[in-house]
Amino acid sequence: MAFVAKNKPNDVPRQVKKPAAATETERVCPRCKSKLDVGKLWENRNVCSCGYHFKLKARDRVALTVDVDSFEPLWEDITSVDVLEFPGYENKLELSRYVAGEADAVVCGRAKISGRPCILFAMDPFFMMGSMGAAVGEKITRAFELATEEGLPVVGFTVSGGARMQEGLISLMQMAKTSAAVQRHSAAGLLYLTVLTNPTTGGVTASFAMLGDVIFAEPGATVGFAGARVIEQTVGKKLPQGFQTAEFLLAHGFADAIVPRDEQRWAIGNMLKLHAVSA
Amino acid sequence: MAKAKNKSTPAYDRVRAARGGKRPTGLDYVKGVFSDFFELHGDRAFSDDAAVAGGIAWLYDKPVTVIALEKGHSTKERSKRNFGSPHPEGYRKALRLMKQAEKFHRPVVCFVDTAGAYPGVGAEERGQGAAIAENLLALSGLRTPVLSIFIGEGGSGGALALSVADEVWMLENAVYSVISPEGCASILWKDASKAPEAAAFLRLQAQDALEMGVCDRILPEKGLGSRAFYRDLSRLIYDKLTELSALDAEALVGARYARFRQFGTGA
Ligand SMILES: [Zn+2]
Repeated sequence: MAFVAKNKPNDVPRQVKKPAAATETERVCPRCKSKLDVGKLWENRNVCSCGYHFKLKARDRVALTVDVDSFEPLWEDITSVDVLEFPGYENKLELSRYVAGEADAVVCGRAKISGRPCILFAMDPFFMMGSMGAAVGEKITRAFELATEEGLPVVGFTVSGGARMQEGLISLMQMAKTSAAVQRHSAAGLLYLTVLTNPTTGGVTASFAMLGDVIFAEPGATVGFAGARVIEQTVGKKLPQGFQTAEFLLAHGFADAIVPRDEQRWAIGNMLKLHAVSA
Repeated sequence: MAKAKNKSTPAYDRVRAARGGKRPTGLDYVKGVFSDFFELHGDRAFSDDAAVAGGIAWLYDKPVTVIALEKGHSTKERSKRNFGSPHPEGYRKALRLMKQAEKFHRPVVCFVDTAGAYPGVGAEERGQGAAIAENLLALSGLRTPVLSIFIGEGGSGGALALSVADEVWMLENAVYSVISPEGCASILWKDASKAPEAAAFLRLQAQDALEMGVCDRILPEKGLGSRAFYRDLSRLIYDKLTELSALDAEALVGARYARFRQFGTGA
């Protein structure tokens, strides 16, 4: 059974209007409520002066992280297929391809950071909230397999609502598949560095996101396994302030460092250099 | 139409059956299938999670590491066992016992029955996501045979954390799903009462899992919980473990990798 397909070119979505976001010139910071000029915000890597980190498209993440002209994308035509004929999924896929401008929710490729080669992946929050179906699982797995084969480190930016329920058990199996690929990469003595960004939850947290040798988190990012609302309903209590944030993760020992966006390039490059010297 | 939405579906009937309180639970299987089970407690880091019971038992002439998600029978026991929903320390206890099994070349048999990993404050503080992830990683490379048997509910990552196995078997009425039908219906239609419809779309029945290659064998429930039922299951497990134990560790782990690698390899 084929669970992923090549993306058909000219895949024109039905009944899809151009999203308003594409033409906006001003955004409001959800934290400090300031009105921000989109151009100026981008110059500051989509970080408000109050420190709030706005979401980034996968390609923008890549652009902000890698050495100029060093990125060579891989497996760009892999996209998920609606194998279960799940209600509304086909249309959601088409809308996401249009809005995110990607074939699925992760971008992979070869890259250099501070001159060091690596395999890079960046998930896209605008493609079905970065959820993991067969295509995402396949690309992440291939990234680790290629890196293992070539003896390269993997650097990954996670942002995900978790497993993509529209693909049922096959999406759940991606958690096992990706973790198994991380295991082989790790057993080969190679470095895996993750940067957890807002939000990283569910099946992605419970698989490759939390398996990094080194785990960075973006300030204020929500990172957790269960959704806050589900927890609140289960325990019948208000959740503590700052629950499931990057800072919470650091305090409980599940992240190595909180690294703001403007320091990530340097911090990742530094880690790659530290692991490029064999004793 | 308003009434029709609450009508059950064959898939949802299975979910109800899988959750049914009268089914044998994990430890019933352990006692029925194996002999002289000796329970080993604790994760050596935080506490002992009663939702996960583990230890060593005999299967005829083989020592086997057995791990069972246990929901409990009485109200009191169910509450003590947190209705079979583990905390991170439960997964870490399971991991400790799996590593121990690998060290002493014992096969591992898991009995899976859980609505899912527990969504709670303490669970998040202690890294529920990380605990599950570490189990997936460790199981995928564990150099000893692993067999997982779904005896009731297989709730998402919380069930997967004990079933990155060489084979996955499911009881006829067991289910395995990426999300609960209620959760799915809430997200899709903002209406949890449409769970029966969601269950049908999720393809969560044992037969579905078999067709997708997620499950390798369906166990009929004829005589469920009887002496003959457990005896037949003991023999099936014994034969499978004998077969898997004959493989060298490299081949075993390679086949396990291939088993999970196939999900989504493309056209
Ligand atoms: Zn702000």
